Amino acid sequence: MHGIYTFVTGPLVWLAFVVFIGGSLYRIVSMLMLVSRKERFIFSYMSVKYSLRSILRWMTPFATVNMRRHPVMTVVAFAFHFCLIFTPVFLLSHVVLWEEAWNVRWWTLPDAVADVMALVVVAGCVFFLLRRLVRPEVRFLTTASDYLLLAVVALPFASGFLAYHQWFAYRFFFLLHVVSGEVMLMAIPFTRLSHMLFAPFVRAYTGSEFGKIRHARDW
Amino acid sequence: MTEAAPKTDQTVIDEGVEKGAARLTPERIETVFNRVVRQESGARLKTYVDTCVHCGLCADACHFYLSHKKPRFAPAAKVKQTLWEMMRRRGRVDADFMKRATLIAHTECNLCKRCAMYCPFGIDVAYLMTVVRRMVHLLGMTPLYIQDTAHSHAATLNQMWVKEDEWVDTLQWQEEEAQTEVPTLRIPIEKEGAEVMYSVIGPEPKFQAQLIYQAAVIMDAAGIDWTMPATPGWDNSDMAMFTGDNELMGRLKRAHFETAARLKVKKIVMGECGHAFRSVYDVGNRWLGWEMPPLPIVHAIEFFYELIREGRITISRKFQPPVTLHDPCNVSRGMGLHDKARFIARATCETVVEMYPNREHNYCCAAGGGVVNCGPPYKLQRVQGNRVKADQLFDAKARGAEVVITPCHNCHSGLEDVIHHYEIGLATKFFGDIIYEVMDKPGVSEGA
Repeated sequence: MHGIYTFVTGPLVWLAFVVFIGGSLYRIVSMLMLVSRKERFIFSYMSVKYSLRSILRWMTPFATVNMRRHPVMTVVAFAFHFCLIFTPVFLLSHVVLWEEAWNVRWWTLPDAVADVMALVVVAGCVFFLLRRLVRPEVRFLTTASDYLLLAVVALPFASGFLAYHQWFAYRFFFLLHVVSGEVMLMAIPFTRLSHMLFAPFVRAYTGSEFGKIRHARDW
Repeated sequence: MTEAAPKTDQTVIDEGVEKGAARLTPERIETVFNRVVRQESGARLKTYVDTCVHCGLCADACHFYLSHKKPRFAPAAKVKQTLWEMMRRRGRVDADFMKRATLIAHTECNLCKRCAMYCPFGIDVAYLMTVVRRMVHLLGMTPLYIQDTAHSHAATLNQMWVKEDEWVDTLQWQEEEAQTEVPTLRIPIEKEGAEVMYSVIGPEPKFQAQLIYQAAVIMDAAGIDWTMPATPGWDNSDMAMFTGDNELMGRLKRAHFETAARLKVKKIVMGECGHAFRSVYDVGNRWLGWEMPPLPIVHAIEFFYELIREGRITISRKFQPPVTLHDPCNVSRGMGLHDKARFIARATCETVVEMYPNREHNYCCAAGGGVVNCGPPYKLQRVQGNRVKADQLFDAKARGAEVVITPCHNCHSGLEDVIHHYEIGLATKFFGDIIYEVMDKPGVSEGA
């Protein structure tokens, strides 16, 4: 156990973050370079004002027509993404590890709150899964990779929740949590999870094109 | 993710698509795919395809989906049935696949860009459909009718096979007609140094010549220093943009602007057309490497708005029948002119009934984006794909509207087809029609 523990909380963490950060930078930079080579006009169309207008609009629950058309999805998606990002960053157990490794610490969530947030993420994944199975227009677009991605995201949060509570098979769930978290990090730049990286750029471009060039709203 | 293979209510045999498909080889398909995806396209294509998380929220944007409620019409579904599959198989698809892709991209999407406003990321599926159309063009299997239109553009620089002498004849004929009403009216042809060059779309001289008459009367009443060219390059329309024939599109736009430059005008004013605007403001200009058009191009709505606001034309008695206003894609989502259109409607019409949804969210007429130009074989499918528009028009009618204003030629035709098919009973009018009818005409002679 000791050997595995050291490995997954040592070299594998390094690997995960190098791949995640390096991979993300690579994806973003190569996208911008592609714009520069093939679609230079995008740079002249971009506008800080209209990019921000669009990004802020679409980050506000119910601020767009389509969000109002899908109220349940809107609530779930916002709650899911909020908890997805903030739980790992502000979890006490994680911040303890950062302090041990790099001597940095920051504000942490009360564990009871983090518990609920982790369950929100898992429940969100279940909602998205059901949506894919039940709604015809979503089922049409769904393939195996969509289910796989839901599993990749749900696993770290479900296993983390179970590991924290130490109800049963603690060592297994702990290791599963660490490894599945690392898998998710590494998957972000190279799968559709990369929407995390590209969403601001796509939103900014559409916001700029609609706002600056077309003088129209994009929500 | 499966449903039964799509059944259309009628089997359409399109010679252009069939003959083109018969000439395809797997090597050609793969070569064209690689050329378009790797060489010609860039970050937009790659990022849009990579970022789509298959959430299906775009479905509610599309009138085809809303009218049929069938998953395959959703914007992302259209991409799945075309680009996703082609990219997954690296271009190794067969002729039957390309036939289906052709029909999806050319007749099941109007490029209206409503989807870009509904996707949480703002993915522009209309752009992705133009990429498919570009491949189809390079493979030589564009639908017959719209390909013929592109041929007309190539041979005559206009959309309607109008010959050079027919064009000038038509202008002079309309001038004569208008002179029976306003004896001093002229349509100044080839007037160098005029302030405005007025440009029209191909169909106008061909079968809507009275629109030129009306425009001339409006110009005369407003005292505009205007001209029209006698040479090819008068047509601002651009079906090549819709077939993916970018090279031809470049030729057309360059000819149009060079004509205006030759006449040394300050700006181009164009009639009520939507896509012509898109081609000078969005697509054609970029192909030519211009960030913006070299000469300002002013849409009729903007022009009429200024004329009314500045008092250059006056309206003493308003148009009486209650009207409702359709917002063409390229004029609302494309240029933000929806509020100016409402200004004109309220200034010229007694009763304006709003339709819902409106402005940027108004439903496409289902005729634009080259779809009506694919011709009669697809007409039934086109109007069936726009039942949601019919519902919208019925609703406006129930609240009193008798006329729908359609400031775009494609929308005018498209809505006429929808009105006819669903038996809605609304009249269709351009702003030009209404302004001509109600404005004060100082030069009109009595006993005309």
